[in-house]
Amino acid sequence: MSINVPRPKLTWSERLYLPAIAAGMAITLRHFKNMLFRRTKVTMEYPEEKWDPQLPEHYRGAPALVKDESGRVRCVACQLCEFICPPRAIKIEPGEISAKDRFSKVEKYPREFDIDMIRCIFCGMCEEVCPEQAIFLRKDYAITGLTRAEMVHNKEKLLEIGGVMHGVVLKWNEKK
Amino acid sequence: MNPTTFFIFTTLLKIVGIVFVVILPMVSYAVYAERKVSALIQDRLGPNRVGPAGLFQPIADAMKFLLKEDFTPAHVNKFYYWLAPCLAMVPAITTIAVVPFGSTLFGVPMVIADINVGVLFVFAIASLGVYGIVIGGWASNSKYPFLGGVRSTSQMISYELSLGLAVIPIFLLIGNLRLTEVVQYQIDHGWMIVPFAGDWRNPLAWLLAIPMWISFAVFAIAVFAETNRLPFDLPEAETELVGGYHTEYSSMKFALFFLGEYAAMITGSAIIVTLFLGGWHFPGIPDGSHGWIFGLINIFVFFAKIVVLLFIFIWVRFTLPRFRYDQLMRLGWVFFFEIALVNIFCVAAILAFFPR
Repeated sequence: MSINVPRPKLTWSERLYLPAIAAGMAITLRHFKNMLFRRTKVTMEYPEEKWDPQLPEHYRGAPALVKDESGRVRCVACQLCEFICPPRAIKIEPGEISAKDRFSKVEKYPREFDIDMIRCIFCGMCEEVCPEQAIFLRKDYAITGLTRAEMVHNKEKLLEIGGVMHGVVLKWNEKK
Repeated sequence: MNPTTFFIFTTLLKIVGIVFVVILPMVSYAVYAERKVSALIQDRLGPNRVGPAGLFQPIADAMKFLLKEDFTPAHVNKFYYWLAPCLAMVPAITTIAVVPFGSTLFGVPMVIADINVGVLFVFAIASLGVYGIVIGGWASNSKYPFLGGVRSTSQMISYELSLGLAVIPIFLLIGNLRLTEVVQYQIDHGWMIVPFAGDWRNPLAWLLAIPMWISFAVFAIAVFAETNRLPFDLPEAETELVGGYHTEYSSMKFALFFLGEYAAMITGSAIIVTLFLGGWHFPGIPDGSHGWIFGLINIFVFFAKIVVLLFIFIWVRFTLPRFRYDQLMRLGWVFFFEIALVNIFCVAAILAFFPR
């Protein structure tokens, strides 16, 4: 079955084509003027301007290890984050805290703590699962590197990104 | 210094000055303007990385063109393949020779060759530009460039006619083909499309302005078609012919085609300015015989008018969609040709029945 598509009957002014041209020219000139006088909002010029100050508190950026107010690395190398990590980006090598140490009752500390940022999917499971409030997702998002090795964040790098976290539960202090 | 040596020296100076100091930088900045204006029309920012507001972008582009590999495909006709880019560039720049781009500077007339067949020379040389495109399309030995070349030929034939016929009313009125005379007439009687000077109170002058406006419109549209600009860029047609005639070209040979197109735009605007918009004349500014500063201002006025026209070129390009091929042919043969022809008779009748 054939369907006849009706051709629109053009009026005289439409057939002349000139009013349409004039209207189009007016539209483009309006856009030109609005851009020229910066009345149009344009895309942010990324490397120079950043959205960083407006990032929300719950922003999920790069995971990082934190220290508490007393300067102790909070991670106790329980390896829960290593097990929960969906892309298996985290690798922890636990070490033993010597008996003479102030925090000897913690027993373990991470000797090595690597997060492969090529694998990391920024899901935040590690932060959620951590019983020690030791790993947090910070607001760093531009994680770049020239080699694969460079993209693996080791313990020093993670602590550098993480810094000191205030207001966390201090459950290993002597009083408790 | 005897007159001959002086003439040769000043002419060489004018050629070097106009081509290398004015036209070529203008071409490269026309490309920049095209990118910037198109960006602003489309609500983007355009080039803004190289230098302040991207102003050094043309220099970066030129470096890129020079450093890219100049690749000649194996299947092309080598001789014509190399000849075509030159043929596209040379006529566009040669045409500027007869256009008066200023009044006088230190008593030297600011026109490279003030010949008495001025506008005929323009048409003769400007229409050679199509050979660059046709030969380039044919020598590439490839389908898209070939189609681009064929389209360019038929488009040129259709629009060259109305281009030529549109200027005849001017020469009916003036009776001289010399472009300096055309500018002088417009200084005495007002610009061709707005007769504000001379006997401007005479309604006859304004009656003559009506066919001049028609001439102006037809001529401007034909120049759009001649320079392969949208809405008539069918030989190039990125979206259907992937670049058309210059598909097989790379590096500096492509750049020559590209610059040729923009140089043709500039010379086309220069012709429009000279014929219809009073050339270097601006009401209230005396010519160069009143001091060299006025000579410079006259040159500046001329190029300012060209810049305005170039803006319109770009503005139109980013407003109107490309014509379909049959529409283009219909427009050229059925409308503009007839309009230009009737227009000639109108002007002739006005001049015959209302003798001045």
